[in-house]
This record gives sequence, C-alpha cells and structure tokens, in this order.
Amino acid sequence: MTKLKISCGGIIEDVGSTKANKTGGWRTFKPVRDVKKCIKCMKCWMFCPDHSIDKNIEVNLDYCKGCGICAERCPVKAIDMVKEEK
Amino acid sequence: MRKIIEASTAAAIGVKLSRPQVIPMYPITPQTHIVERLAEFINDGELDADMIHVESEHSAISAAIGSQATGVRTFTATASQGLALMHEILHIVSGMRLPVVMEVANRALSAPISIWNDHQDSISARDTGWIQLYVESAQEALDTVIQAFKIAEDKNVLLPAMVCLDGFTLTHVFEPVDVPSQVNVDKFLPKYKPAFCLDTKKPITMGPIAYPNSFMEFKGAEHLAMKNALKVIKETNTQFKNQFGRGYGDGLIETYRLKDAKYAVVCMGTIVGTSRVVVDKLRKQGKKVGLIKLKSFRPFPIEEILKVTKGLKAIAVADRNISLGQEGALFSEIRSALYGKSKTIVSGFIAGLGGRDVKEETIEKMFDKINNGGTIWLK
Repeated sequence: MTKLKISCGGIIEDVGSTKANKTGGWRTFKPVRDVKKCIKCMKCWMFCPDHSIDKNIEVNLDYCKGCGICAERCPVKAIDMVKEEK
Repeated sequence: MRKIIEASTAAAIGVKLSRPQVIPMYPITPQTHIVERLAEFINDGELDADMIHVESEHSAISAAIGSQATGVRTFTATASQGLALMHEILHIVSGMRLPVVMEVANRALSAPISIWNDHQDSISARDTGWIQLYVESAQEALDTVIQAFKIAEDKNVLLPAMVCLDGFTLTHVFEPVDVPSQVNVDKFLPKYKPAFCLDTKKPITMGPIAYPNSFMEFKGAEHLAMKNALKVIKETNTQFKNQFGRGYGDGLIETYRLKDAKYAVVCMGTIVGTSRVVVDKLRKQGKKVGLIKLKSFRPFPIEEILKVTKGLKAIAVADRNISLGQEGALFSEIRSALYGKSKTIVSGFIAGLGGRDVKEETIEKMFDKINNGGTIWLK
C-alpha cells in the first residue's frame, strides 16, 4: 500500500490511477473459457463490470475480481468459474 | 433599499445577490418560502440559475455535489426530516471539500410529528463537517448567506456552510430589511473561482477511497480547515461591516450589555432577540446581566467564549435541542470550553422544543436559576 498524497478533498490529478491498483488479488474464482463452445457473441465482454475482458475475449486477470457475471451471461455456458489455487 | 419583507424572502434575496448558478431544490415546511422565492426569481429572469427539481432531499444534496464539482456556485435549502435524509451526503460534501451553501429553516424532528421550530435538525448534523451559522433576524439571514459563500469558498477553508434560521419564528416573520445593491455584493463576493473542478480537458478523480494509512490525514486536514474558518469568519464579518456598515459581533459571537455584567445568558437564533429585551428589563431593575449570542456553532469559538465569560459569576445556556440521556448540546460545549480554565458556573436550560414559545418569562426563569449548575427543563 503506497501512501497517498493528502490533497484537498482527496482529489487525484494523475489520470488512470486505477490501473496502478491491481484488484485481481481479491478474486476467489477465475473465469475459464472453453473456446470450442464459445460462439463469440461478446456478451461477456459487454457485461464485464471491470472491463477485464478484451475484444479477443481474453481475460485480464490483473483486474478480474471473479464476480462471475460473464459465466452467468454466457448463452452457451462456455465459461466456467474455477477456484483459484493460491 | 429598505423594505418590509418576510425573513424567507430576505434569505432568498441574499442567495440571489450571491449569484449561484445551480439550485437543486426540494421544498419542506418551513423552508418552502425560501425556495418558492428563488423559483420566482429564476422565472422572472432576476436570477440566472438552473433550478433542478429533485425527488428528495437526498437527491437535492447529491445534485449539489455534482454541480459544485463542475466548478459552479451551488445553493440548496432544507429543514428537519429533509436535513436528516441528507445526512450521509452531508459528510461527503465536506469530505470532498465542496463549498456548497445551504439554508436550514430549523424545525423539530419527528416523532411525534412537529412542523415547528427547534434546533434538533441542525444540531443532529453537528459532526458532518459543515460550518453552522445561526441567525437572529431577517437582516442577518440575508447578510449571512452572502458571507457564507465567501467563508466556504475561502482557499483556507473550502468547506460547506449551513445558515440556520428558526422555522416560523423567523422564516415567516416580516421585518424591515436593508437590501444591498447587486453592485456592492459583487464587490464583496466576486465570481466563484473553484480550487479544483471536473474538466474534460484536465481530468481529475474526485471522491476516491482512502486506506487506513491516509484517512486520518484527510480528516485532520478538514479539521484544520474548520479551525481556519474561525479566522476567516471574523475577517469576513469585518470586511462586510466595512462595506455595508453593519456587522454581527466579531462574526463568531456577539455580546450585549456584557461589560460590567455578573450573569449572562448564552443562546442561538431567535431566542437572542427575546433575551435582549429581558436583559434590558433586568438592567432597569439594577441587575448586572448581559447576553452572549453564539453565531458560529461550527467552528466552535472556544477562545472567544473564554474571553467574554471571564469574570462572570454564572452563565445560563439556552438549548433548543436535547441530546436525550445527556443534556443540551450548547451547554455541553460551553462547559467543555470552560473546563479547567474558568470558575464561572454553567447552567443548562432546555426550552422551546417543537415550537414551544420561549417567552420573556422563560429567559427570566433562566436568570433566576442561573446558579444551579445542572440542566433544567423549562416547559
């Protein structure tokens, strides 16, 4: 945890600061896609609340918190939520 | 220009002269007349501001955050349950250091339902990080809202401010009021220049998370800003006095016939006016009594209270609020300010809850029982 600058009202002037804080560590389950089942409908990309799925349907595990919305939304059940091994 | 107007109108004129650009509003008794007048000013083209109709007070104050964050002067008003509904957002406004100004038409909190005056609503919002200024008259309501913008927006303060005026007892009362000219108010309160704001050309993040390693520092900075406000309120009052020819004590407190007094009553809001009459009456009887009007409840003027109570035998603190199971808030704070530094006896009086009249006799009773040292309910 780096110490934040104590700015007035907590404003952050450097844009993109959320990138520095890799929130993927919060995850318990990670999404694993079965490429054979996937029909590339992009619903997982559309619904991911953290923009952690890119247009190639690759999951960015630095930020994916494992919420499972992608798996829930997948119409062909191509995504499994698999427990992380730590 | 001198006019006979309702205090709510005076309060609204004060807002108009301060040129806010956005006013989210949700009417509630007894604040309604203030926002009605503002709606008329906007409709008649006297005030160039956007009025936002919202579905609740929670939304009104939330919209005020959004508006002020974009760098425009923002005003809202509420009372009682409305202020209570705003509560969680009140902390956010101050924490984000947005100088929103709000008029509170003080009213009791339910239950039982009461639309009438006491100070329970704003006193319950004491710890939200807002400056709280209590006013005595229509003139003071008008003048104080103009000052409130200047105080709140000061770069050493940057905190929101509440101007508290007694519901009905003041809001619905007609009084002669000197209305300053727009030119003079513009000189006193120039165009708002935000210390920081949302701008697509220079993006910033507002309201982020603070981890345990920095939260206390943010609160410490806010506390320091509130302490800075003590000086800024005084300076603003002096500046106002120099420009408009009238001031209110030192801006934080005001004394009346206190010079050679042995006993004094301490109070806020409209009780002050009644107390002035009682002090005059008792003085005529040869009693050495005076009055301390507390205008700034937050920040609390500890040093000033110590200074003016020096040498007094006893003081009676009138509270139009009650911290159930303890005592009146003002009583607690005055006693805490004097603790270990003064021999003055401090007595507390709970009066005027839920619109109960605080009459001359009520104040006289306070002077009668001024040496008691505890809390007495004056029904």
